[in-house]
Amino acid sequence: MKVVHAYTPGLRVTERTVVRKLRRLPLPGSVHVEVGDVVRATDVVASTELPGRVHTLNIAHELNCQPDEIHNFMLKAEGDVVEHGETLAEVKALFGLFHSFVKAPIGGTIETISHTTGQVLFRGEPIPVELDAYVDGTVVEVHRSEGVTVATDCALVQGIFGVGGERYGELRVPVQSPDQPLTAGLLDDSCRGCVVVGGSFVTIQGIEAAIEHGATAVVTGGISSEDLDELTGEALGVAITGQEDVAITLIITEGFGELAMAERTFGILEGLAGRRASVSGATQIRAGVIRPEIIVQTGAEAETGSIEEPVSRMGIGSQIRLIAEPYFGRLAEVVALPAEPEEIPTEAKVRVLEARLADGTIVTIPRANVELMRG
Amino acid sequence: MSEPEITRILATDCGSTTTKAILIEKQDGEYRLVARGEAPTTVEAPHEDVTRGVLNAVAEVEELAGRRLLDGESIIRPAEGDTGTDLYLSTSSAGGGLQIMVVGLVRRMTAESAQRAALGAGAIVMDVLALDDGRLPHERIERMRQLRPDMILISGGVDGGEERRVVEMAELVAAANPTARLGASYRLPIIYAGNVDARTAIEETLREVAALTVTDNLRPTLERENLQPTRLVVQDLFLHHVMAQAPGYAKLVPWTDADIMPTPAAVGNLLRMVAEKEGITAVGVDIGGATTDIFSVFEGQFNRTVSANLGMSYSVANVLAEAGIENALRWVPYEVNGGDVTNQVRNKMIRPTTIPQELSALQVEHGIAREALRLAFEQHKALAAGLKGVQTERDIADAFSQELSGAPLVNMMELDLIVGSGGVLSHAPRRSQAAMMLIDAFLPEGLTRLAVDSIFMMPQLGVLAAVHEQAATEVFWRDCLIPLGHCLAPVGRYREGRRCLHMALQMPDGEREFDVSWGDFMLVELGEGETATLTADAALGVDVGTGKGRAMTAEVSGGQVGLIIDARGRPLHLPDDERERTDTVRKWQMALEAYPEVDGP
Repeated sequence: MKVVHAYTPGLRVTERTVVRKLRRLPLPGSVHVEVGDVVRATDVVASTELPGRVHTLNIAHELNCQPDEIHNFMLKAEGDVVEHGETLAEVKALFGLFHSFVKAPIGGTIETISHTTGQVLFRGEPIPVELDAYVDGTVVEVHRSEGVTVATDCALVQGIFGVGGERYGELRVPVQSPDQPLTAGLLDDSCRGCVVVGGSFVTIQGIEAAIEHGATAVVTGGISSEDLDELTGEALGVAITGQEDVAITLIITEGFGELAMAERTFGILEGLAGRRASVSGATQIRAGVIRPEIIVQTGAEAETGSIEEPVSRMGIGSQIRLIAEPYFGRLAEVVALPAEPEEIPTEAKVRVLEARLADGTIVTIPRANVELMRG
Repeated sequence: MSEPEITRILATDCGSTTTKAILIEKQDGEYRLVARGEAPTTVEAPHEDVTRGVLNAVAEVEELAGRRLLDGESIIRPAEGDTGTDLYLSTSSAGGGLQIMVVGLVRRMTAESAQRAALGAGAIVMDVLALDDGRLPHERIERMRQLRPDMILISGGVDGGEERRVVEMAELVAAANPTARLGASYRLPIIYAGNVDARTAIEETLREVAALTVTDNLRPTLERENLQPTRLVVQDLFLHHVMAQAPGYAKLVPWTDADIMPTPAAVGNLLRMVAEKEGITAVGVDIGGATTDIFSVFEGQFNRTVSANLGMSYSVANVLAEAGIENALRWVPYEVNGGDVTNQVRNKMIRPTTIPQELSALQVEHGIAREALRLAFEQHKALAAGLKGVQTERDIADAFSQELSGAPLVNMMELDLIVGSGGVLSHAPRRSQAAMMLIDAFLPEGLTRLAVDSIFMMPQLGVLAAVHEQAATEVFWRDCLIPLGHCLAPVGRYREGRRCLHMALQMPDGEREFDVSWGDFMLVELGEGETATLTADAALGVDVGTGKGRAMTAEVSGGQVGLIIDARGRPLHLPDDERERTDTVRKWQMALEAYPEVDGP
């Protein structure tokens, strides 16, 4: 018989692990560190120059001549560096009485001159790119001209969804418990440069206050869809994020709506308050899954050893969270695990469990709609 | 000398999450499905060997069918008594399938032809780079490096045409020096299928950075596409380069009696064969969690599209964003709070395996599915079209008909068969729900047969079709398809309540005659295995496929739903008034007995 497992998203929440981060340049360039170097998250480990923007100009059209005639009028050749407004080509007619000019639309290098199309390609000034280490750690591998791998002995908390790119800051926990919402009133200028950890929920007003006080990131249990869209300025489509142009990185650990942060997640983050964290909101929920993350280098200071806690199996008495309507977000205790599939209100026959809610009510839930709570 | 008879066939489909095995046997002169088993696909840690999942799925089949197919870790051949199989075949989309990046010159011309070639070969097209894609060169380079495709297909230029531009695009590819997704140690396969005159320059440009394969130009002239050579090269490279890097495939390849096919290519193969053999037009759809694949065969031409971000779990929030929440909720027969639904949908996206528990959630899910199918079909119709960029001679009549080059091949009035698959269709608690979703999303016209592939064995049958057409066809019609019935939809000027058809049905239990008016949506009971002779006498200006005002007589077969008569008009309009809309949707659902109750959440 087929065995149906309760779904857990497989998020890693651990006080100690080793994370290896590949830091790769978009184009080959220079690597500035060596294997064994100890780096800070903000240290530049590699840099390169991206080719400048390309601009095209059709000289034949501008001078009203045939493409194969433009060489007669060009004052510049391929490879020449030109300044913005400099004359590129000139036509003299009627013994010099009439002049036509074509001037450079941007400063840069003439990359190609086509005698087939009359097109000239300019390339603007190169764009410098610097790559930082992202995490506090040690360089363990150098990929020649490409980048490095940095390893860090750290605490790692993965969220379920996030927006915004890589940011850094001291962890700050202004709420008292995992079910307390992060409100604007809890934030002040002491949050400047910090990663602020909330409890169950943050509203757009809370996020705006965090931005106003200079926080770099907010980590919370949930957010409403509407507020998220207000932050990003667009309706969320596919859960592939990290590139949005937002003033703050947002990581939610539980889901959409008001949801208490898992006790274990909150406990770890609270314990790390005051430490420097590297965070990223980048999320990709599909093959090659990427989760948003909070990484805090702890090294040998961590009290526990290497933790990869086993996932316990569901049984009678297991604490669960219900992750679909009509009981979304509620905590419960498993009281029965019937073996045979049962018909649910949609008429689908699925495997279910019976659970006792906090108010004592016993409800029947598809096993696919629960999540095992840890810690 | 006659070939030994094939009496038992084992086929697997290694999907990204599940490996599915089917066992087919010849019984009383017919090939029939005997058993089906499944097991998790094992291409990721800790197993990292696809054959593990295959062996586990086959072991389940052994148990269910009472046959011995495995001897340790090998498949026993040939079939003798209850032991062994004569053929073993497989398809694969494990590890995310075959992911291709397409590079062309003009987005709507050579780049679009290349996209069609890649999709037809079973690939997922990750992005299309073209001169007119609005991106700057360094942005294209960055994109190539970011996406890490399994291979890159470069097209561009007609034979004898402009060379320089296609070489420029190849230079960008060389500058990006992209690495392959699987296996850092092998060179990325690149296919060049563009202007033949540019081949030498392309070879010089890309020789150092990739494993280049040159094939015939897929758009040799503006008026002609030549996609097949490219499709074959894509599939060959998939088998010998990409899959060879995936964990365990080196072991699996020698087990199989025919080349392993990418899953969607196999589905396309089957649909094309069925359409050719039966002389029918067909549309197949597979709506998954992340993507919706649509396959069609019209005028003998096979087309496939993948709508990468239209799906029911990973991409469900995107369906809402693209379709608009009001469109998804218009199918629900009561008022729903849009904000709550958006939160629920996004939670489904981040926890993709949850299922609707309440009827209201099921109805919302089915509304979203209709929109995902509708949007995916629109994308399909745009791509499954004649060639764009072709100069056609036009006379004065054409000037008024809007029959421009690039006209869609998909003609709903000509469509004979729609096959739906994917969880939301195959596992809908009532079959009439699947029928309604297919009708509302695809809006068939005239007489169209509806079916679902309940356990999605089209991939295995597709690879089997390449080796043993008879077995594939017999199992497809007898065991793969679950017939829902026929849908008869008149087309014409809609005038609510006015008679549009007079129907005469010769049913197994006698004759029936009745009128159909615009706005009617009704079900005539006609069970699986039953047939009826239908005569639809169309009113003036009304067409059921035989021309306006003409009568049509046809044999129709029944199904798990029956004969559906849909006179709701095309396109389908839902009332703007909220109360009227909910009443109308409720009426339609009740006509097909689609939901157990429709009183509201």
